[in-house]
Formats: sequence, structure tokens, C-alpha cells
Amino acid sequence: MAFISSGYNPDKPMENRISDIGPRHFGEFLPPVIAKNFGKWDYHEILEPGVLCHTGLSGDKAYTVRCGSARLISVTHVREICEIADKFAGGFLRFTTRNNIEFIVEDKKAALDLKAFLNSQKFPGGSMKFPVGGTGAGVTNIVHTQGWVHCHTPATDASGTVKATMDAVFDDFANMKLPAPVRISMACCLNMCGAVHCSDIAILGIHRKPPLIDHEYLDNLCEIPLAVAACPTGAVRPSKVELNGKTYKTVAIKEERCMFCGNCYTMCPSLPLSDGEGDGIALMVGGKISNRVTKPAFSKVVVPYIPNEPPRWPTMTKVIKKILDTYAADAHKYERLGDWANRIGWERFFEKCELEFSAHLIDDFRDPAYYTWRQTTQFKW
Amino acid sequence: MAKHKTPLLDQLESGPWPSFVSDIKQEAASRAKNEKGVQYQVAVDCPEDLLGVLEMSYTDGETHWKHGGIVGVFGYGGGVIGRYCDQPQMFPGVAHFHTVRVAQPMGMWYSTEFLRGIMDIWDLRGSGLTNMHGATGDIVLLGTSTPQLEEIFWELTHNMNVDLGGSGSNLRTPASCMGMSRCQYACYDAQELCYNLTQEYQDELHRPAFPYKFKFKFDGCPNGCVAAIARSDLGFLGTFKGPIKINQEAVAAYVGGEIAPNAGAHAGRDWGKFDIQKEVVDLCPSKCISYEGGKLVMDHKECVRCMHCINTMPQALRIGDERGVSIFCGAKAPILDGPQMGSLLVPFIEVNKDDDYQAIKDVVESVWDWWMEEGKNRERIGETMKRLGFAALADAAGIAADPRHVQEPRHNPYIFWKAEDVEGGWDRDLAEFRKRHQR
Ligand code: HEM
Ligand code: HEM
Ligand code: HEM
Ligand code: SF4
Ligand code: SF4
Ligand code: SF4
Ligand code: SF4
Repeated sequence: MAFISSGYNPDKPMENRISDIGPRHFGEFLPPVIAKNFGKWDYHEILEPGVLCHTGLSGDKAYTVRCGSARLISVTHVREICEIADKFAGGFLRFTTRNNIEFIVEDKKAALDLKAFLNSQKFPGGSMKFPVGGTGAGVTNIVHTQGWVHCHTPATDASGTVKATMDAVFDDFANMKLPAPVRISMACCLNMCGAVHCSDIAILGIHRKPPLIDHEYLDNLCEIPLAVAACPTGAVRPSKVELNGKTYKTVAIKEERCMFCGNCYTMCPSLPLSDGEGDGIALMVGGKISNRVTKPAFSKVVVPYIPNEPPRWPTMTKVIKKILDTYAADAHKYERLGDWANRIGWERFFEKCELEFSAHLIDDFRDPAYYTWRQTTQFKW
Repeated sequence: MAKHKTPLLDQLESGPWPSFVSDIKQEAASRAKNEKGVQYQVAVDCPEDLLGVLEMSYTDGETHWKHGGIVGVFGYGGGVIGRYCDQPQMFPGVAHFHTVRVAQPMGMWYSTEFLRGIMDIWDLRGSGLTNMHGATGDIVLLGTSTPQLEEIFWELTHNMNVDLGGSGSNLRTPASCMGMSRCQYACYDAQELCYNLTQEYQDELHRPAFPYKFKFKFDGCPNGCVAAIARSDLGFLGTFKGPIKINQEAVAAYVGGEIAPNAGAHAGRDWGKFDIQKEVVDLCPSKCISYEGGKLVMDHKECVRCMHCINTMPQALRIGDERGVSIFCGAKAPILDGPQMGSLLVPFIEVNKDDDYQAIKDVVESVWDWWMEEGKNRERIGETMKRLGFAALADAAGIAADPRHVQEPRHNPYIFWKAEDVEGGWDRDLAEFRKRHQR
């Protein structure tokens, strides 16, 4: 294909250059009823799963239909979404923080019609294109990261684990029968781009083998001080090795000190971590972000390792489902997953969810560890 | 006919949840057909090669992407993430597969006209695959080659009037909740403040000068829909001082079962009749509500604005007046000392658009000055705070100590007194001392 110029002139990069203009102003993209009632909303109702009604002080009503979506979507799919927005919602739409899509329509009938339409759209492979739900006391869409689709440090895939999990908990996406909202998040390495550290349920990719050192390339390719400085535990130090009679400047890794974060690899491509046997998933639970009733809280590791089982990660989804169902059956109304576990006690949580407790689950990472050990005679048998 | 066999990925096409595999296949088919006669500027079959490389990862359990290398557009230090495949001979279509981050509109509202414009650029100059949206909030355009970067930037800025987002050791693309656009809980205009600060700090966003990345997030209220308290170096959470406004008739309607509690969020299960004592009064964390003689009574001064009662009875209770934001500092997910929650730095500050949010900008800039002076390379501000102490940050930001800054006072008396704290300072006269105390 011939190169098509945009108008950019590589010989004069500054000619007519536009920069530092930031995002478009959101005011350009508000549906009329939203613009009119901006800052003057009175209350909202969830009419049924995935359908919201917001009432303004003016008496105006905005009906929202929310549907799930993969986060990884194609141009073709976005255009389909645009067609729906044009046909049903005046040419506007919105994405939620958790990758759902929302359309605003003017009355309840239009909302229910749109819901039926969205639920009827399918991919040729059989999955739904726009499943409606994700509201109220249920599971909503999963925020996640790149995984094997696009990152260099993942210990698992993101899109696949999310698809497998959402299929397993789909009933709770399309309904509102849990005690409180359950927020699931996924990040594919310890860097946690997906910020899984405050989620009701978190799926986290973990490595378990220290970096492999490619000495020859390291000498050619890497800035050794950067790799040394990148390591949060100080496990990397400069070193020299003899290979086939040649001396290479390289690094040595104190393996017992490695926390498997991959930071050195980011600085130095000669230190890969990825390993089919070593990598897998840790599950964390009980975090939250809202300040409702209890304070925001961190997620806690309850399963230290589950092997990668692509394409559907059956062990992982089984454990998630078990935790979710146990919580659903046992928690009080309004009680978030972590608040439930705190109330019944974590020893009881492990018992009820039939999870094994192991030494890996006792924190030994720096200062915060101490505050998680039990310092009271109060515990349950 | 698919270019690569993908038996593992094919198993992700079934089940109710939207299948990204089916979608990538749909894109691959559409590019192969090319009904509109697009002069694709990167490999036509890159969606197929992406499936191929992904299938390989599904088979061997290892990633096949190499990181980075420095790629970008002239004059910017971020916004593009370099990415190369480690099996370029097998998957030439994705050999170079860089990500472009595009600044999203606050609250992620779109017109189809704008979205289509972005998609047209990405059809022509990219892989045809996107993330809506990346975890920071940007529109993520996934996969293009180096020669396309300046062209994409040119078309984004000239034709779409939109800029790249941030990456690297700089201000990352700020994000806000939908706030006032559709939420009655918004205590301030989160979208407008987010937009204003984003424009004000374009230089910090595009040209890395910080020790490490820095994130702003804006939640309209303590419900925290964009997770400002957990995911931003400076998190702005709406709050209020005035009493929660009570509509007693609506309270009665909730008690009488005429209005579903929590806006109907629990409708999928029979939880029994709404019990205001159990569901509101007893759950109030500050125990400042009572329900007596058919009236809801609140000791407003004791309320900690957890939002529970308001969320539970949105038609009866409304946020109080005298609204503003609380600013939290230092949240991050990984790694050094483990996850950190934002710590309350400014309990209350006015959100004043009329003076262009000057008070808030003063806080932001003094926090940055301190961090750029004291922070080590690749140290998030939350870590600098831990290393040097909260008081050092508050002092630098010109914020007086307040009991609201702590959950409880310190557990030890190891106070780092300074000479100026102590009468007479630290210079003592040994001769004088020896007059009082023999050797
Ligand atoms: C310019 C001076 C020095 C440099 C650049 C340096 C650098 C290093 C490095 C890179 C390590 C490896 C860290 C690790 O494996 O975790 C290390 C470890 C160590 N260094 Fe040094 N070092 C210096 C001076 C010293 C001195 C003067 C001492 C003692 C008097 C010392 C004692 C040690 C010890 C005991 C360890 C092992 C620490 C451990 O196992 O936890 N170092 N040093
Ligand atoms: C040393 C630490 C880190 C490294 C090496 C790292 C590396 C990366 C890389 C390479 C990407 C791009 C993935 C892609 O699109 O190809 C990325 C994305 C991202 N990172 Fe990090 N990261 C680090 C720490 C963090 C931290 C601490 C956070 C948040 C608190 C974070 C948040 C993100 C987010 C939000 C994205 C966008 C991910 C997405 O949209 O899926 N990262 N990171
Ligand atoms: C120069 C410094 C210190 C002096 C002169 C000092 C002196 C004393 C004396 C005289 C007692 C005995 C009180 C009694 O039972 O009659 C005592 C008890 C104690 N000291 Fe210190 N102390 C010093 C520093 C510390 C420090 C730094 C700590 C802790 C980090 C500490 C912890 C304790 C504890 C835990 C007790 C026992 C208290 C109890 O039995 O309730 N002391 N100290
Ligand atoms: S969480 Fe880790 S592996 Fe996943 S996208 Fe972020 S840096 Fe890459
Ligand atoms: S993986 Fe992380 S902890 Fe291990 S050596 Fe590399 S930087 Fe250090
Ligand atoms: S954070 Fe508060 S104001 Fe913003 S959308 Fe959520 S509930 Fe509404
Ligand atoms: S907002 Fe929370 S703390 Fe305040 S009265 Fe309501 S339930 Fe109590």
C-alpha cells in the first residue's frame, strides 16, 4: 500500500504543528437531556437490571441502558456501537469506568426496547455482543490490563481470564441478587496496572521464577545501573562472568530476594521472567474503594497460586464462583465481601469457602506485614 | 480462511460474555474484504497475526512481546508505548505494534461523530483494534508502526482536535467520574476540574520531568466511582459540611415500602420488607441517626459522610450544602512497600471555578515542588511520603496539622524534635552544665 501523508512534513516537524491541546471538552459530547440537567439531578432509580432512570429537579427524566463489553474491541465493533447510538440514542454514548457502554434514551419504553435489542445481538461464535446488566447489587464488568495481547511482563492473559470469569459469573451480571456490589479486577503482573489492590475479588498474574540472565546480550544491550536501580528489593547487583573465554559485564541476582515483579526486565530486556511452569494466578479478595459504611480497604491474598490453564482457567473460575456463592448465601444485605469476611473472621472465611490456608498467605513483606498478624486472644475455632 | 489455526482461542467464542476473539476475527474479516477500499497503512492482516501470537501464548503460557524501545512523537516524552513481537518472522503483521494513548473526554461521554473520526484514523493507520478504555482512562489504540506515529498525531490534533495522553515519568492522563453530568451525589463539578487541571498541566503531561509517574483522579463524592482514593497520587474526592437534607415524607414512603431502597439495587432477591432500623440506623458508622415516632433524626455534626443513608434512600436524603473536595495524597498499587491508600492531606478545600481553581492549583504545585526536590528516581510520591513522613509533606504544602489527618495519634514518643521546637535551642554550655553536675 502506498504511504498516505497526513500533511506532516518530516523535514519540518514544527511546521503547523499543533500540540498540548489536551482532551476535547466533555460539554461537546453530552446528550441534550444530560446537558440541560447538568448539576441539577434529583435522584435515580434502577428500573431493572441494566436500566437506570435519573430524574432532574426540572422533572426531566433520562433513561440509561447499560451493557457490558470486552475492553479489547475492534474498529468494526465501535462502529456498530455508534450505529446503535445513532439509531436509539441521538448519536451519543458513554463508557463507564469499568468498560461498560451506556446509551441515554428519552422514555421507559425506548429503554426496554433498546435493552431487548442489545440482548438479541450476537457474534457468530455465539457470545452476546451487548449483554445488558452491571447495575446494583451484582457483579459488573471487570477492569483489567493487557496480558498476552500486548505487554512484556504478564504472567497470564487478561482478556482470556476476564472472558472466562465473566462467563462463570454472568448470572450475577444480568441480575441483582447479591448482598452488595461485587467489583472484580484483573492485573496480569505485580505492577497491577489494573489496580487490583482494592477489589472485592482480584485476579492477579504472578511469576514464580527469578529472571533468566542472558549475559551476552546484557553486556551489549543494557544499562546495568538502571537494572540494579530498578529492583525494589535490591536483588540485582553488577557482576562479571566468563563465557567461552570472554568476560562479560553483567548482573548477578540474589534469587532468594526476588519478589518476581519484572521491574528489572522493563529496564533490561536481557532479564526475562515469563515461564510457562512458573507463571500463574493469585486470587485476592475483600478490598473496596467506596467509603460506604466501612473504610476503603485493600484486597487480601487468599489463594497464593493457581496454574495457568488457558483458554478457560477452570480451576480459577471454580474458586471465584465458590467464593462468590458462599458470600452471596452468607452475607448480610449491604455487606461487602470484605466486610463479611471481617465479621465472620478470616479463619471462618477459609473454612466456608473451602480454601486451604498456607504459610504463603502470612505476610512477610516489610513493615506492613506485622500489622496483619493476630495480636489478641480473640479468634474462632 | 484464517491465517493461523487458533483452537485454544476458539474456545473463548462460546459463553454469554462478549468474546474478544470473535471480535478480532470480525475485524480480520472486514480488513480482508476491505469493502470501502481503505489503503491500510499497516499490515492488513495484523488482527490475524495478533490472534496467532496470542494462540502461541495460550499454548506455551508465555508472553511474546518485547518491551519498549523509545518511540514517540517529536517533542513529547509520552503518549506512545513501544511494543515489538518476539517472533516477527512468524507474525510480521504485529512485528511492530506500538500503542497510542489518546486523551479521553472527562466522564467518557462521546458523540458518535467523534468516535467515528478516531476509528477512521485507526482503520487507516493502525491495527483496527482498541481498548475502550485503558486502565488509566485513555482511549488506547493498540498496534501501529513507527512511521505512522507522526501521521496519527497530526490527524488527531488537526482533524479531531484531540491530544495524546500521558505515559512515562510524567503526569498521566487525569480521569474523573461522570459527576454532575448524571449524578445527584456530585459535590463539585469533577469533570470540569479534571478538564481544567489537564489543560493547565499539559507540559507536565507531555514532558517527563518528575521522579516517576503521577496520577490525578476526581471523584464527585465519597462513593469513589473512579477510585481516586486508591489509584491516584493526588485524589480529589467531593465532600460537604452542611447537614444532609431530609425529606420526611419520602422517608415514610421508604418505610411504607412505596419506594424501593437503594434505588432498587437489591431487586433481584427477596430481602423482606425494608427495615429502616436495621438497614440504615444500625449501619451508620458514626451512629448518628435515629428513627423515632416516624421521623428520621440525624445528629449532623457527627456524620462522617459515608454516603450509606443517602445511597439507601436517595429520594429522601440529599447531600448537604457547603460543598468542596478533600484531597488525598500518595495512593498507588504496587510495589515497594506494597499497596498504599491515599492519605488525607487537605480535609476541605473550595472548588472555585471563578478564580480558576487557584487554591487547588497552589496545593498541587507545592506538592510537586516538594516531590521533585525530595523524591528519588522512580519513587512515587506515596513512597517519598513514607520515607520522609507525612508531616514533611503537609509542611511543604503549607497545610496545618489537624486531627483529621490521622486515624489515631502515634504509638510511640520517638518524635524528631527540631532545635527550634525547644526553648533555648540545642546549643548548650558544657561549662555551665558542669557547674551543676560534677563529672
Ligand atoms: C561503594 C560501596 C559499596 C557498594 C557500591 C556496595 C554495593 C553492594 C551491592 C550492590 C550489594 C548487593 C545487594 C544485595 O545483594 O542485596 C551489597 C551487599 C552488601 N554489602 Fe555493600 N556496597 C558497598 C560498600 C559496602 C561496605 C563498605 C560494606 C560493609 C562494611 C558493605 C556490606 C555489604 C553487605 C553485608 C552486603 C550483603 C547485604 C545482604 O546480604 O543483605 N557494602 N553491597
Ligand atoms: C515498574 C513498574 C511498572 C512498569 C514496568 C509498567 C509497565 C507498563 C507497561 C509496559 C504498560 C503498557 C502495556 C501496554 O499497553 O502494552 C503499562 C500500562 C499501564 N500501567 Fe504500568 N507499569 C508499572 C507500574 C505501574 C503502576 C504502579 C501503575 C498504577 C498504579 C501502572 C498503571 C498502568 C496502567 C493504568 C497502564 C495502562 C494499562 C492498560 O490500559 O491496560 N503501572 N505499564
Ligand atoms: C535512657 C533511656 C532510658 C532510661 C533511663 C530508662 C529507664 C527505665 C527505668 C528506670 C525503668 C524501670 C521503671 C520501673 O519499673 O521502676 C524502665 C522501664 C522500662 N523501659 Fe525504660 N528507660 C529508657 C529507655 C527506654 C526505651 C528507649 C524503651 C523502649 C523502647 C524503654 C522501655 C521500657 C519498658 C518497656 C519498661 C518497663 C515498663 C513496665 O514495666 O511497665 N525504656 N526504663
Ligand atoms: S499489569 Fe503488568 S503485565 Fe499487565 S499490562 Fe501492566 S505491566 Fe503489563
Ligand atoms: S523481578 Fe523484581 S525483585 Fe526480581 S530481580 Fe527483577 S526487579 Fe528484582
Ligand atoms: S463518585 Fe460519587 S458523584 Fe461521582 S459518579 Fe460516583 S456516586 Fe456519582
Ligand atoms: S452519611 Fe453515613 S455517617 Fe452520615 S448519617 Fe448517613 S450513614 Fe451516617
